[in-house]
Order: sequence, then structure tokens, then C-alpha cells
Amino acid sequence: MLYRMINPPEISWIAILPVLLLSATAMLTMVADLWTDGPDREGLGWIGLVGLMATAIAAVALWNTKLTSFAGAVVVDRYGLFFTLLFCVAAGLTLLMSMSYLEQTDIRTGDYYSLILFSTVGMVVMATAADLIVVFLGLEVMSIAAYALAGIWRSQVRSNEAALKYFLLGAFATGFLLFGIALLYGVAGTTTLTGIAQTASGATAEQRTLLIAGMALMIVGFGFKVAAVPFHAWAPDVYEGAPTSVTALMAVGVKSAAFAAFARIFMHTLAVMSPDWSAVLWVLAVLTMTVGNVTALLQRNIKRMLAYSSIAHAGYLLVGMVAGGELGGSAILFYLLAYTLMTLGAFSVVIALGRRGQPNENLEDYAGAGFRSPFLGMAMSIFMLSLAGIPPFGGFVGKFYIFSAAVKSGYIGLTVIGVMNSLISVYYYVGVLVRMYMTDGGVEITQPSSRPYLFATLVVAVAGTIALGLFPSTLFEVARQSFLALG
Amino acid sequence: MNTGVFVLLATLLVVAALGVVLARSPIRSALSLVVALFFLAVFFLLLDAQLIAALQVIVYAGAIMVLFLFVIMLLNLQEHPAEMARAGLRFLAGTLASLFLLATIYFTNRSGISNAQGMGAIPDGFDSTAQIAERLFTQHLFAFELTSLLLLVAIISAVVLAKKKLA
Amino acid sequence: MTAVPIGWFLILGSLLFSIGALGVLIRRNVIIIFMSIELMLNAVNFVFVAFARQLHSLDGQVMVFFVMTVAAAEAAVGLAIIISVFRNRETVNADEFNLLRW
Repeated sequence: MLYRMINPPEISWIAILPVLLLSATAMLTMVADLWTDGPDREGLGWIGLVGLMATAIAAVALWNTKLTSFAGAVVVDRYGLFFTLLFCVAAGLTLLMSMSYLEQTDIRTGDYYSLILFSTVGMVVMATAADLIVVFLGLEVMSIAAYALAGIWRSQVRSNEAALKYFLLGAFATGFLLFGIALLYGVAGTTTLTGIAQTASGATAEQRTLLIAGMALMIVGFGFKVAAVPFHAWAPDVYEGAPTSVTALMAVGVKSAAFAAFARIFMHTLAVMSPDWSAVLWVLAVLTMTVGNVTALLQRNIKRMLAYSSIAHAGYLLVGMVAGGELGGSAILFYLLAYTLMTLGAFSVVIALGRRGQPNENLEDYAGAGFRSPFLGMAMSIFMLSLAGIPPFGGFVGKFYIFSAAVKSGYIGLTVIGVMNSLISVYYYVGVLVRMYMTDGGVEITQPSSRPYLFATLVVAVAGTIALGLFPSTLFEVARQSFLALG
Repeated sequence: MNTGVFVLLATLLVVAALGVVLARSPIRSALSLVVALFFLAVFFLLLDAQLIAALQVIVYAGAIMVLFLFVIMLLNLQEHPAEMARAGLRFLAGTLASLFLLATIYFTNRSGISNAQGMGAIPDGFDSTAQIAERLFTQHLFAFELTSLLLLVAIISAVVLAKKKLA
Repeated sequence: MTAVPIGWFLILGSLLFSIGALGVLIRRNVIIIFMSIELMLNAVNFVFVAFARQLHSLDGQVMVFFVMTVAAAEAAVGLAIIISVFRNRETVNADEFNLLRW
């Protein structure tokens, strides 16, 4: 026989519709770039926004289904769709702020937009993957695009260096993640999540040993990606050096995607092993919250401060993972949504204060800004108070859900440490407001109303942060249903 | 005899790997890596993974390492006198790496797989490329399609970062 | 080779992996750091192939196939980043960068 037929697996095209639409949009932006010229490339951003909208509509339409496709390598359940929608919001707001931000930079390439969309494709794949190989490849699609985005402001040395640092540590982390996958494969004989879950539930003492080693390595790998202490050393430098809009996408999208895969693998596939991994995550959560918040107190650059704040928030999310169960899982999803809106909002304010050749990223530059631009002052106050966990904003409700899940699971000590960390964080978040309203400064500010895209981003982020705080129960129910779709 | 072959190849492999990490000049480091990749290919052959062994030589030792050598020569990198990390950091790194190794040995021993018998005979067709192709285009079809996207992203990224004109 | 138990392969794999990790931590030349990372990926490939042989499952070999693709993609992007840094700073020594000292 010269050749033999290979029967392709059943493919449900409907199930991968969001990924298909998003990839098509990314490629369309890439091709359309050939016909755009000059500094105005907002048209590409619009193509991206329309594509993200279509993807979100597809995800909503699939909400009541649970489909697998490609021989079970992809599973489209509410959990995956929730994250798909989250990434559409994150990428959409990032595109919107970029359409104003790129004017004040030297980034003159339309590939910027397609790389953002490609990175989003990787995130969606990570959230809907049901096979460790697919998780790994999704992670790489996302990360490679993010490495390039970090260094896309090529005339800026610190952007180059941020890309290099992000790349080297990202690739280093990939090695650990892969080693973990190899050990899991060695125990289960397969890389599918269902196969690994079966092996884990009936594991002998010997098999458990290797599973534990594999999980430890995967925690290191994911720990780097979500910037958990002690694997966080790259984050402040990279966040500071990368173009601000890219920093926003990294802080929000990359982190959420890593948590999407992390939580699916640990809280669902390896849920029976939770006595083994939750102790490790307990320690990581405490370290991450404490180091993140305490170091943020010392920062003078707003992007660095927000980087440490995003490290601290990874700590709160780890608390949710330790708490586990339905409540912990739903709290993580809700918190990620609130975190996305308020963090993107804070970075938009950073962009709004900057001007061409004058980034104004030091905290002193914020002096008096609240009076010279009342709208920016109001927006920044809402984001900072929400990040600090002060009612009635989304961040408060998110923290409330996380800590009550931890209390219900009996982690009183962890909750106390978490609440104390929240109190520490109030100091530096409110510190920004004090500067904005109680000191005088002379930094000239372009009114955000003259930059329509940035203005729209801020309005959406403010509205979302407030809405999550005022009407949390509906969205928490959505988050709960999404998490329950796992089991 | 079999154990002897393993120990011999393992020793050569580890020496080459140490060469990558300890060599003074980047060129020597790269050439050590090529040697290590070849020894790995030999291991792959002995483990009945002929296709992977061939890919290792063609793609890894061939294409990827040539790219490395090209960049090293393009940037004309010389030996750098103060190229190693500070002594304290070196000590810390050595400790961490040894701890990692000891932990793996501990876990391997406890899992009992180091005392297990050898690997046994392979089933029919295990070493055939056709069977790998079949896995690739059935169970792993999505991953395969995803790599096309990955390569596209890599091409765009490399062009964006390295093209000459700052458009 | 088949008389050697899988545990030995796992230990050899992790030895290579820790040598690579050591290189990442002690070297300051970013190209050598990057090559050490490649060594780590190869150690993982080695473990995958050994497990595939032990379990008589081809998925491990397929995984190596994908890891090689990713390594090639990372090499292209990583070296492009190194070139773009070199254009601005004329050095590849991590200690001479502002952000890369750790």
C-alpha cells in the first residue's frame, strides 16, 4: 500500500467560530495595512473593533451550548465563552485607547493592530483549550505577539529592553511549564485534560508523586505569566518600558488568559489534587499580595506603581484559587472582569496625561491634575478607589466575593492577611488622589474630550467599574454559571 | 552493555551541555549546543523516534542553530571580560539548580519508575512516520492548524522588530 | 537502550534542564542566555521522547514536533529583539542595560 487514508476528526466549525472570526479579523487588519498610509491608521483599529464585536456576538450566541471540536482538543463551554467575552472587552478597549495613544508615539506600523488581535486569538485559544498541547500553543501565540508589541516602539531604548527582558523570562517560564506538561503526560499517557483528570482521580501513591512534581513545575510556569512573587521580577521593568497601551494589554489580557488556563487545569482537571497544590498557592498568594503592595508604596513612576498593583491583584486572585470550589471559582471570574475594567481605565488616564515627547509618568506630574481636568480627576478617583477596594465600585465587590469564599473554605488567616494588604494598598492608591487634588503642579494637560477615542475608553471603563459595583448580583450569577460549566 | 551505552552517551551529552553554559565566547557556546543537539538525536534514534531524530538534526541543529550563528557573527560579538554574573548570584544559581536536580531525583525515586524494568518491546509500527502523521492529523489537528497561526505571528513580529526602516 | 529504566532518562533530562537554567542565571550575554533556554527546551523534548517510548504512545513525539516549531518561532522573534536592542545600544551584555540587571 503506497498510502493510506487518514480520517479527519469530527470538526464543529460553529464551536471555533469566535477563534475563526478573530483570526480572520487579525489577518484582514494585516492585509488592509498595505492600503493605509501615513500616521493615521485609525481605520485599522476600526476593523479590529468590528471584528471583536462580531466575535463577542458569536460568543453570546453560543452561550447556551457546550461543544467540543477537533477530537476534543477544543471545548467551548460557558467558562471559555466568559473569557472570550472578557478578552474582547480588554482588546477592544486597548485598541480604542491605542487609536489616540499612537499619535503621541513613534509607532508608525499598522502591524501594531494586527499583533494585538493575534495576541487576543492566543488568549481565546488558551481559555477554550482542552488539551495541554493546545494550551501551550495558545500561550505561545499570545506571548510571541506580546514580546513584539513590548518592543514595537523601536526608537525608544527602554521599549527595546522591555521586549528583551519580557522575551527572555517568558521563554524561561515556558521551559518550566513544558517540563510540567511532560511529567503530567508521563503519568497519564495523554495530554488531554479529561485523560489527565481520570488518571488523577485514580492515581496510585507512585503516580501522585510524579503528578505533584509536574504540578509544581506548572505552578512555576504559570507563576511567571501571572507575575506572582517570587516569579514577578520581570513585571515592573517590562510594564514600565513597554508602550503604555501594550502595558495595559499585558496587565489585563495576558494575566487573565494565564489565569483562565491555570484555573481550568488546577481547579477542574486536577481538582482532586487540591490538598497538594493549595498549600503551595497559599504561600504564593501571601507573598504576592504582601510584596506587591509594600513595594508599590515606594514607587515614584505611575506605570511601575500600577505594575506592583497588578502583582498584588494576582495575589488576591490566587486567594480565590486557594479557596476553591464554586464560590472561589466564580469570585475569580468576577474579579478578573472588575480588574480588567479598572486597570484599563487607570492606564488610559496615564495615557491621557502624557503628550508627545513628554510621557508625564512620574507621580509628581499628577500634582493638581484633578483641577485642571475635572473629568480625568473624576475618572482616576473612581479607578483608584475601585482598585483599593472601596465601595461602591467593582473592585470592592470583587474583593468581597474573593474573601468571603476564602472564609467559607476556612482560610481565616489568609483572609486576614488579604484584608490587611487591602488596607496597605489604600495608602498608595489614595496617594495619587491626594497629589491630584491637594498639591499644585504645572504639567500641561490635553483635555481628554479633544481625543475622542481615549475619551470613549474612559467613559466605558468608568461606566463598567460603577455598574459592577452597583449591580453585582447579575454578573456574579453569570460568573457562577460560567464556572459551573466546567464540572 | 546497554547501560554502558547510556552512561557513555549521557556523559558526552552533559559535557557538551556544560560547554554551552560555561564557554567564554558565544561561538563556542553555540557550537557546543550543536554537539549536544547531535547527541540528543542519537538518543532519539535509540528510543525508536527516527522522525524526531531527523527533525532534530535538520531543524534544530541545522536551521535554528545557523540562525544563532548568523546573529552572533552579524553582531560581531567578542569575548566579554566581565561576562559572568556576580559571585553571590552564581552561588545562588548553582544552589537553586542543584536543589532542582535533587528534587527531581527524589521524586523519581519515590515514584518508583527508576527501579522499573526496561521499556519492553515496541508495538508494531510505533517507529513509523505514518503513525505519527496519523496522530498529527487526527487527535492533534487543531494544534497543527494553530502552529500555522503561530508561524505567521512569528514572521510578523520578526519583521516588525528587525526591519531596517523605521517607517 | 531498552534495558535502561525510564527513571534514568528523567534524571538525565532534569540534569540537562538544570544546566540550562544555571546558564540563564549566571551568564550575562543575552545570546548565551537564549541558547541556555534552548538547552532547557531540548531537555524537555528528551523527557517527552523517553516517556513516549515507555508508554508506547506517540503523543509525546507529536509534542516534540510542536515544541520544535515553537522553538523556531521563538528563535526568530528573540533574535530580532536582540538585533533591535543592539541597534540602539551596541551591546548584548545584560549588565549594561538599564532594565535587565537582576
